[in-house]
Amino acid sequence: MSEYTADEMMSIAAARALGEGMSCFVGIGLPSTAANLARRTHAPNLTLIYESGCLGAKPSRLPLSIGDGELADTADAVVSVPEVFNYWLQPGRIDVGFLGAAQLDKFGNINTTVIGSDYHDPKVRLPGAGGAPEIAASCKEVFVVLRQSKRTFVDKVDFVTSFGHGTGRGDRERLGLRGAGPTLVVTDLGLMRPDPDTAELTLTELHPGIELEQVVEATGWTLKAAADLKTTPAPTERELTLLRELKKAGE
Amino acid sequence: MARVLSLGEAIAELVHDGDTVALEGFTHLIPVAAGHEIIRQGRRNLTLVRMTPDIVYDQLIGAGCASKLIFSWGGNPGVGSLHRFRDAVQHSWPVPLEIEEHSHAGMANRYVAGASGLPFAVLRGYTGTDLPAQTDTIKPITCPFTGEQLTAVPALNPDVTIVHAQRADRAGNVQLWGIAGVQKEAVLAAKRSLVTVEEVVDELEPRPGALVLPSWAVTAVAEVPRGAAPSYAAGYYERDNAAYQTWDEIGRDREEFAKWLNDLTGVKA
Repeated sequence: MSEYTADEMMSIAAARALGEGMSCFVGIGLPSTAANLARRTHAPNLTLIYESGCLGAKPSRLPLSIGDGELADTADAVVSVPEVFNYWLQPGRIDVGFLGAAQLDKFGNINTTVIGSDYHDPKVRLPGAGGAPEIAASCKEVFVVLRQSKRTFVDKVDFVTSFGHGTGRGDRERLGLRGAGPTLVVTDLGLMRPDPDTAELTLTELHPGIELEQVVEATGWTLKAAADLKTTPAPTERELTLLRELKKAGE
Repeated sequence: MARVLSLGEAIAELVHDGDTVALEGFTHLIPVAAGHEIIRQGRRNLTLVRMTPDIVYDQLIGAGCASKLIFSWGGNPGVGSLHRFRDAVQHSWPVPLEIEEHSHAGMANRYVAGASGLPFAVLRGYTGTDLPAQTDTIKPITCPFTGEQLTAVPALNPDVTIVHAQRADRAGNVQLWGIAGVQKEAVLAAKRSLVTVEEVVDELEPRPGALVLPSWAVTAVAEVPRGAAPSYAAGYYERDNAAYQTWDEIGRDREEFAKWLNDLTGVKA
């Protein structure tokens, strides 16, 4: 087994979460890397949907943005932005929404709007919502991928841009949200899933070589680990080779 | 019927201080040259509208043209933050910037309502998020048929919408293809519209699937070759990704930005 980085492990673990034949609404950055890797490994028939209106995109390299011409050139169809949100996302036709985040809290709520408690006088102004609020609300389930640190994994997000599980199990149902919300969080240290009873994100897998204490230390709440905490299988040679080719082709 | 004007004439005639202006495009076909002409002509107090304000909006904001931004995602696609936008929001530089913030689905539906001549649009969105608390343009509404709680957003009807397209004929009929974003909706929602095009041709060769804006739906057309650069125009030129990365360096620093602005406007600091 060759050496690999924590970021490579994260991208590969995220790619593995996408099943063959699924449809996936893809955000740019880490989610896009993972989704494109999945198409090259175990899920050649994964349907990639980008909010620019590209349905069934099959890019030969990593797109630099959701409106990259490569996505349009390789898509099954290019539709308008109102169509992609109203006809394809809103009715719940998409299996997985794959999102990044600037902050994520213990109930899987996502912040991409502002850091700091005052919206009008933020410490850091972030890009904003984009498609994420409705992706998080309407896809059958949501996967989130981001690097883990106390700064990014917080007890409570400064701003709820996209709703996860609110303050616990049952909040989504009460609000009438149709999708299951975040069912998986993939980081550079391991995998988290919402606890079946409380919906609090719980560590279910550690990446190889990572200690539980490391993950606890990088989490802004008292992280619980599953009783049957597993270890993520290390990247295979094939996964690593294909990921590196993909990254190189995108440069 | 659309009149074919020069870019300078079109901006002078169609864009006024205090107007609500949408320059739309979704990574593809961003009307960059038109944005630069607005900066050169020194417009002030604009309410800028766009789902994905990118570097040309960063430039307009940094140049002090805007007092308000209506948007759903403000970033430099594939690169990072918009530093002039952040400076305006966080430090009111060069002037304070009010923001009205939405999701993509909300913005797209606001344009659809505007294009449809309706006062508002309905979507199943925003539920559970902190966005409705920050604006009076997101409100709950009850479905009169099922009783379901949904969200209403008001129509967007810009004073003027500017988009870029590949071609127009001499009568001002516009042909656009590739990623079409919300260009059609934004043009049809606006009181006035300007389409800058790569070229004006004698006759529009039919292109299956292309979006056509008939001459009678557009106020003016201006021929501006490479008018979308550094974004791209499918069939004409590729996106200049290096330019977006370079902008990160220029936009990050007020002095660097001032130099860039002087170069654009020809005014020495």
